[in-house]
Amino acid sequence: MKIAVCIKRVPDMETRFKIAASGTAVDAAGLKYDMSDFDGYAVETALQLNEKQGPGETVVISLGPDVVQEQLRKALSMGADRAVQLKADRVPADGLAIARALAAELQGGGYDLILFGRQAVDSANATVGPMTAELLGLPCATAVSTLEIANGRATARRDLEGAAEIVEFPLPAVVSVDEGMPRARYPSLKGIMAAKKKPLEVKPAQLGDEHITIEKLELPPERAAGRIVGEGAAAVPELVRLLHTEAKVL
Amino acid sequence: MANMFAFAESRGGALRRVAFEAVSAARALADASGSGEVHALLAGAPGIASLAPELGKYGADVVIVVEHAGLANANSEALAATAAERIRSGGYRAAIFSASAQGRDLAPRVAAKLGQSMAADVTSFGLAGDALVVTHPAYAGKVIATLRLTGSPAIVTLRPGARAAVEAPRAARVESAQPAADPGASKVVVKEMIAGGGAKLDIGDAPVIVSGGRGLKSADNFKLVEDLAAAFGNAAVGATRAVTDDGWRPHSDQIGQTGRQVSPDLYVACGISGAIQHIAGMRNSRTIVAINKDKEAPIFKVADYGIVGDVIEVLPVLTAAVKEARAKG
Ligand SMILES: Cc1cc2nc3c(=O)[nH]c(=O)nc-3n(C[C@H](O)[C@H](O)[C@H](O)COP(=O)(O)OP(=O)(O)OC[C@H]3O[C@@H](n4cnc5c(N)ncnc54)[C@H](O)[C@@H]3O)c2cc1C
Ligand SMILES: Cc1cc2nc3c(=O)[nH]c(=O)nc-3n(C[C@H](O)[C@H](O)[C@H](O)COP(=O)(O)OP(=O)(O)OC[C@H]3O[C@@H](n4cnc5c(N)ncnc54)[C@H](O)[C@@H]3O)c2cc1C
Repeated sequence: MKIAVCIKRVPDMETRFKIAASGTAVDAAGLKYDMSDFDGYAVETALQLNEKQGPGETVVISLGPDVVQEQLRKALSMGADRAVQLKADRVPADGLAIARALAAELQGGGYDLILFGRQAVDSANATVGPMTAELLGLPCATAVSTLEIANGRATARRDLEGAAEIVEFPLPAVVSVDEGMPRARYPSLKGIMAAKKKPLEVKPAQLGDEHITIEKLELPPERAAGRIVGEGAAAVPELVRLLHTEAKVL
Repeated sequence: MANMFAFAESRGGALRRVAFEAVSAARALADASGSGEVHALLAGAPGIASLAPELGKYGADVVIVVEHAGLANANSEALAATAAERIRSGGYRAAIFSASAQGRDLAPRVAAKLGQSMAADVTSFGLAGDALVVTHPAYAGKVIATLRLTGSPAIVTLRPGARAAVEAPRAARVESAQPAADPGASKVVVKEMIAGGGAKLDIGDAPVIVSGGRGLKSADNFKLVEDLAAAFGNAAVGATRAVTDDGWRPHSDQIGQTGRQVSPDLYVACGISGAIQHIAGMRNSRTIVAINKDKEAPIFKVADYGIVGDVIEVLPVLTAAVKEARAKG
């Protein structure tokens, strides 16, 4: 199958973020970056599908400044065949602008399957995948935790709050992947060497209008320091008393 | 004065709590803009119209009812087409969906159909001139972003539970409508609905969550977590990724950066170390209790109350004490 995977460069969420002087971005000093968690699952999913189903091509696409080439190279070192950078001097905060640029690249690409992460772990909007599907007029299943493909049709499970549904749809299609799908493999040394020779094409992103601006970013209030009520089962009566009289949740 | 649109989410012929939250949010916007109306879209299998008065209770002036046998299960393509068509023709200032699994699936499609940008997973919102200003937790909940969305209608998904539904009763007028796309022609078809264990509370709805981590030592010991949840009566069971990876609990129970984000009144973390990726999903809980045998475990840094001890020993005692406290009332 010809599979496209859209990947986003995101900072490591373990960081203790600081707000930049502008007030509208996080302080970039000392940040480490990787592809968004779910996008790693998406790359892995594509690779496994093509490994299992025989000859295919996995193309990874990322929109952003030249630094996104790091994440594209990582995907190539995992085993993707080629990469496309949709070059923009910054990533807009408007998911529709990103979806338009991705759709323009994907349109006419002859892909059987286009994979996204459920959501980018930094901005966490979960909009770009289904928007891109709509712009391309393709069937779409969001946040799938299983995906099976046979005879040009896909079957997937979507976890809903407190329930789940099994959906079926024809290819070509757009799918966004959730927890439950395979985790990204670590690139092998051989993979890293091979990635250096794989094609990485750079094209301008066709972004269009934007209607979302970041007014400010703030750190949420710190939680007030808690306390250790006691040790072992002996502490239970005091805990229950506090939940009743102080926290008023019991 | 401006009218607002709300999507009233239902499942299995019943309205979900998030439907009332969306209607109530639209009500607040309509009131803030003067004397606008709230129009709620209620779609489902024939018979769904009987739920319309419930939406009136939370402030819907008009309930647009779309009944079709093909809408018994969620049908994203037909629903997105129907919502988009109605929003386009209705001249609304804002359209509110829930940031539930269904709302997050639907709203971006509607936005793309209408060529409108959208704000996702917002926790608060307000009209400011020609913009809708919203807050949205980003960076694993470690940063709160204030965003400005221009263009009309402003499409938003509202984080479940972020804003409780407020009653604003009125007799809603019912308007019948047809789906804007044939539900039978949808390419994505729901083959099977898997119900989530009858009346069991979902972690997104439960006022109390009892969560277990690897400190429970085995899948069988989750019985102790379930017993405590049952003692609270209004609790759901959650888990860490370590536990869902080991198959002790399903992935849908996972709380954290790559799982669900929850904000119950009470979160009880049992044998959970408190990795940053787990905390990303529960740090906004009102009260946090942690039980861990290691007094240096990072979970104690976010917990309001901690017990240093063996969960296997503490949980049964806590369960009995909670039962007793609840019996006393
Ligand atoms: C609060 C906030 C803070 C932001 N801070 C920054 C910042 O500091 N620096 C910055 O550069 N941008 C920043 N942005 C812009 C943000 O990165 C874009 O909004 C984002 O690329 C698209 O966001 P999303 O959350 O809608 O992605 P989602 O819809 O959650 O992403 C879903 C999937 O779409 C795909 N996808 C998303 N973006 C891309 C992409 N660029 N290329 C390829 N595939 C993609 C991936 O498969 C991803 O898993 C911020 C946005 C917000 C709302
Ligand atoms: C990209 C990425 C995304 C992730 N997303 C998530 C996510 O969404 N959600 C999530 O939860 N994790 C996530 N993780 C995993 C996370 O980093 C941790 O590995 C995980 O949360 C640890 O789970 P745990 O606390 O159950 O196990 P551990 O870290 O092994 O902790 C077990 C704890 O139990 C205590 N303990 C042991 N025995 C007892 C006993 N008898 N009585 C009392 N206490 C005891 C120990 O002291 C310890 O603190 C993610 C990781 C990555 C890399």
